[in-house]
Amino acid sequence: MKPGAVAIVGAAETTRLGLVPDMSQIQLHADAALNALADCGLTPKDIDGVACAAEWPTELAHYLGITPTWVDGTMVGGCSFMLHVRHAAAAIAEGLCTTVLITHGESGRSWVGSQAVGINQASLAGQFELPYGVLGAPTMFTIPVLRYMKDHGLTHEQLANVAVVQREWAGMNPRATHRDPITVQDVLDSKLIAYPFHVLECCLVTDGGGALVLTSAERAKDFPTRPVYILGTGESVETPMISQMQDFTSSRAFRVSGAKAFAEAGITHADVDHLMIYDAFAHLPIYGLEDLGFVGKGEAGAFIWERHTAPGGKLPMNTNGGGLSYMHSGMYGMYALQESVRQMRGIAPAQVAGAKTSVCHGVGGMFGASGTIIMGNALP
Amino acid sequence: MIGSPAMSINPKTLPRPTPETRHFWEGAKLGELRLQQCDACTHVYFPPRPFCPECASRQVSVVRASGRATLYSYVINHRLPKWIDAPYAIAVVQLEEGPRMMTNILGVPQTPEALVLDMPLEVVFESVSADIALPKFRPARGDAR
Ligand SMILES: [Zn+2]
Repeated sequence: MKPGAVAIVGAAETTRLGLVPDMSQIQLHADAALNALADCGLTPKDIDGVACAAEWPTELAHYLGITPTWVDGTMVGGCSFMLHVRHAAAAIAEGLCTTVLITHGESGRSWVGSQAVGINQASLAGQFELPYGVLGAPTMFTIPVLRYMKDHGLTHEQLANVAVVQREWAGMNPRATHRDPITVQDVLDSKLIAYPFHVLECCLVTDGGGALVLTSAERAKDFPTRPVYILGTGESVETPMISQMQDFTSSRAFRVSGAKAFAEAGITHADVDHLMIYDAFAHLPIYGLEDLGFVGKGEAGAFIWERHTAPGGKLPMNTNGGGLSYMHSGMYGMYALQESVRQMRGIAPAQVAGAKTSVCHGVGGMFGASGTIIMGNALP
Repeated sequence: MIGSPAMSINPKTLPRPTPETRHFWEGAKLGELRLQQCDACTHVYFPPRPFCPECASRQVSVVRASGRATLYSYVINHRLPKWIDAPYAIAVVQLEEGPRMMTNILGVPQTPEALVLDMPLEVVFESVSADIALPKFRPARGDAR
């Protein structure tokens, strides 16, 4: 895809985030969608492409009264929205549709109108992982990290520090769920969830949603919002079984997706002003920094410790507070994209002064899938 | 019972064998850990598939593993479901033949001090239903297989 051919012109989260027990899951999609459409002065009738996960696009299109000519129901977990952006950009560039609405809504805390999907006992994960007592992401996503710690010398303090730094960013964000400063010792003293992970190293569980509107860069000029251009995109998958990940210290999906996005955008790491790395658990920014090539193997824990990703650092990362402190409804990717858009528009609560290029990297289904979107606020 | 963790059986977490995995579960009932090996490229692999994930050949054989492994990584789950009464490790072991698999570690306290990465292990089978015996691992005593 040609860098800058497509732009995000509308972006918004649900009116409320956190605890929203008076809205069902599909209504969270709609609330975010109506906010994003209002953001760019459109109505559902102007939309001819829809994409979403956790609900079917059929449900969404009917609920909002949209007649699409392009539909994407890609569901690979929390980074599904990065893949939707990538697919939508290609579809718009190819002329399959002109204006795409991507939505996310999840009643992750209140469980209103959502349905739990368990592991199929006949699947390979059901036969060869489920019997050993895995119970959701905290007991699976976390398994590789002890191997990483032994092989690369990452300390418990460095792991805890990921949450500490992100809380600093959250402190600057009025919408963040948790804003009070925490220390490494606070993290290490917090309740054990799945050793070596404490509760403060695990994502929040909240209700909310977000939506994006994309169109061609040519049309984007006519919208009231500052266009945020799609410069590069990547996606990949590896395995639905955490035990079968090729390398417990590095994600193949991260490496493939990230390299593809950087190559497509034609940028180097030095060009990146702002970075989002999906942080369902504290080790993900560490894997992400290394697998995207921002630092060398085994260096990310020290890099974060040395405050390079903290407020005032050279590589501001997870500036909304992340899944650890901002919000996490279950599939966080949409909220990472929203923060990248805000940063590129220059309207983020913790705005990175003069930021021109943002990398937004997502993960889904434990280390199963990945999507990377590189955005810019100027045409290349 | 070989030792911790004290996990009672939840039928909703029992494996449901498929035609492609039946050899594995039949072996487990007999006390054999069965892998597959490609006749074309010699790749040894797990989990089961009736073709080689390296070269896609359908000419593959079932082979018996030694049962020897090392502890590759793990977490100790402290958020307990109703049917389990104490924190337990969910581990991934590195089999001598190459593949890795998820398991539980028996006969050793479920603590970071006792569960040391790369410690030698050997397979044991825990019968959990009339049809299913789960391969689990314990510190090596040298009589695996
Ligand atoms: Zn082969």
